[in-house]
Amino acid sequence: MTPFNINKIRSEFPILSEKAYGKPLVYFDNAASSQKPKVVIDALVDYYSSYNANIHRGVHFLSQKASAAFDAVREKVKTFINATSEREIIFVRGTTEAINLVASTYGRKNIGQGDEILISAMEHHSNIVPWQMLCEEKGAVLKVIPMNEKGELMMNELPALLTEKTKFVSVVHISNSLGTINPVKEIIRQAHAKGIPVLVDGAQSTAHEIIDVQDLDADFFTFSGHKILGPTGVGCLYGKLHLLEAMPPYHGGGEMISSVSFEKTTYNEVPFKFEAGTPNIADVIALGTAIDYWNQLDRQAVSAWEKELLNYATKLISEIPAVRLIGTAENKASVISFVIEGVNALDAGMFLDTKGIAVRTGHHCTEPVMQFFKIPGTLRASFMFYNTKEEIDSLVENLTKAIALLQPHSVA
Amino acid sequence: MSSMNQIEEEIISDFELFDSWEEKYHYIIELGQKLAPLDEKYKLDEYKIKGCQSSVWLNGEERDGKIYFSADSDSTFVKGEIALLMMVLSGQTPEAILDAKLEFIDALGLRQHIAVTRANGLAAMIKQMKTYALAFSSASK
Repeated sequence: MTPFNINKIRSEFPILSEKAYGKPLVYFDNAASSQKPKVVIDALVDYYSSYNANIHRGVHFLSQKASAAFDAVREKVKTFINATSEREIIFVRGTTEAINLVASTYGRKNIGQGDEILISAMEHHSNIVPWQMLCEEKGAVLKVIPMNEKGELMMNELPALLTEKTKFVSVVHISNSLGTINPVKEIIRQAHAKGIPVLVDGAQSTAHEIIDVQDLDADFFTFSGHKILGPTGVGCLYGKLHLLEAMPPYHGGGEMISSVSFEKTTYNEVPFKFEAGTPNIADVIALGTAIDYWNQLDRQAVSAWEKELLNYATKLISEIPAVRLIGTAENKASVISFVIEGVNALDAGMFLDTKGIAVRTGHHCTEPVMQFFKIPGTLRASFMFYNTKEEIDSLVENLTKAIALLQPHSVA
Repeated sequence: MSSMNQIEEEIISDFELFDSWEEKYHYIIELGQKLAPLDEKYKLDEYKIKGCQSSVWLNGEERDGKIYFSADSDSTFVKGEIALLMMVLSGQTPEAILDAKLEFIDALGLRQHIAVTRANGLAAMIKQMKTYALAFSSASK
């Protein structure tokens, strides 16, 4: 393990020394997408420069090399999230596709008229809409675990929501708009006590927590590569083997078949059954490199640093008059969402942009969360281990300037 | 009233004084803060153009064959954009508004900041202004 050295780490991410409008870039939009270490970028270039070929069926040198590199990543992901078998890892485009896959296969097969699917009040649209589509198709009902004013799930409501009609629970591990870390292990425990399977949306959590799907006892777990230092367009769905084996395929095509005739097609085994067509070879390989990068980090030190950044930013930002934090859960990841009285979030976000500071504004694809807090949107700064306190100082200083410029002056 | 082309040229030459996005931002914010308030009676859904991150209320009125716009937004920056559009379009004839190419927007070098986001719906505002022009032009025929 290398000791946590912020300067060394920053030097490993080429983009962090870029400028925005001639000013040092301050990147606080990590919950939307993380930046990439040079090794990940190099892995993409290396694949395309030296061994680009289609995998699994080629007899030639390049295809064998590409196949070996691709296959090795499944094993890396298995270890990274502590799955039981690499066959439980399915490569997808990202969390959104993973949830759609489960809704379209497991969901279509097992959920029917009058059944209930339980999600939470702080889901991303990608963990709402696929279930609504399924409910519409099947005549099933979507139920929601409510949250309190701090943005924490009201766990006391959970037992009553897990009824004999509940056939599936799909819940976010860490909220992208509030930062709340949900007690998913406890949700899973209670759901399992009633025989209900649970999907955990790990799009945010995989970058901030050490994931152990066996310890969680999650039936399905999903994450996106681009939020964990990897490339866009690749992600993983973990599913317990017996569930995956019982599920019908998702897309039809090559790779997912065992044999095809015009009369009958038999399907390939898990995981290939769910991976029709040429996979995203380059990005899967680079995702493997991202996982290697995580593995050489001191995850405890990374976690402690992110906590320190969150506490530092929370203290300074909440001291700014007119700021109201949205999402004040006891257990939070390094995401800070807030509104400023009298100042439009978009205006403030654009002001910060002119200073080279990247934040996100709006509803963050969680409109129901905004409806709950009766706000149109928030400003969100989300931190990664490569961020610094100096960057937070710059954010706070410029927020103060934005407010001075944009807040209506109370001079009559 | 100057011709639309003249006004567009004037706006472009104003913007040529600015070296950076930051200066343009501040100028647009200033325009937004100076925009004449919209009568509260128009702050209704039927006058609203909903964007992803901001809302605009827009009203158009005809006087002596020309259309005059008034508007508001919850975003000061968007109000500044409206002010720019109104400098060019407000007080023009319906025909001139319908024909307006609004090429000045590209010349200002703002596209990357405003059009790439679906945030503020500049295109929707222009469309709405042209819709008013179309309504008044067909009403007068």
